[in-house]
Amino acid sequence: MSANISTNVSMNLSTSTPVEIAIQAADFSLADEVALLEQDNLTDGAVVTFTGRVRNQNNGNSVSSLTLEHYPGMTEKALAKIIIQARERWNIGRVKVIHRIGELHIGEQIVFVGVTSKHRHDAFAANEFIMDYLKVKAPFWKKERITLGKNTEGIAEGENSSDTNTREEWLDAKDSDNNKAQTWS
Amino acid sequence: MIKIVFFAALREQLDCSELSISTDNIKTVADVKQQLSDKNAHWQQVLNNGSLLSAVNHDMVDVSHAVMSGDEVAFFPPVTGG
Repeated sequence: MSANISTNVSMNLSTSTPVEIAIQAADFSLADEVALLEQDNLTDGAVVTFTGRVRNQNNGNSVSSLTLEHYPGMTEKALAKIIIQARERWNIGRVKVIHRIGELHIGEQIVFVGVTSKHRHDAFAANEFIMDYLKVKAPFWKKERITLGKNTEGIAEGENSSDTNTREEWLDAKDSDNNKAQTWS
Repeated sequence: MIKIVFFAALREQLDCSELSISTDNIKTVADVKQQLSDKNAHWQQVLNNGSLLSAVNHDMVDVSHAVMSGDEVAFFPPVTGG
């Protein structure tokens, strides 16, 4: 996989509110991102952050790693549109969205959404909205490397017969993610 | 010409990440899909999947959306980021 693809899109929707979207293979620092959201920002009393990480289990399978693919160009455009929609609905200050691509292992950070606002309600709601819409509108796809242990009933049947083996599978989209996004419309 | 790109499981199933087609007889995304399906039985089977999403010039659209020369048309499975 491409190790060093990094795209940074900075745009000013209004002069006082820089929006940043980053699609990158590299990890990010939560502390650094919070510092950037707070730096020279004396108007916003609320800072809400969400960090998504790689789980060790999914649908009953043991996950050893993920590979994240995206659609360069459309990804940035889709995220920018989601942030514009959030700004139309809530009174928010700074927004930062980071999404990692490439191969990621258990416990690693995948996604970051940070939102600031004068009062907490706007930042809480906008942060959840951005994540919910990212899940169904931003062109990312996860491929899981699943470990099939010898105790794995049912799942290990079929093409593989050794005691422990792995296979790669594209993740299926979840109805629950679609339903959650629809609660905002 | 129209540039067509495929992603994720769809790219692997078709063993193709991009190709170009001429604009002859192409008015909509559905026309593009039909022309690709006419390639052979495998492409027809893979593309005949109601859950596939499409985009024109980086905006998600439905299959009735217009397509013109110079456009980039993308087909991909439902997204699973985050």
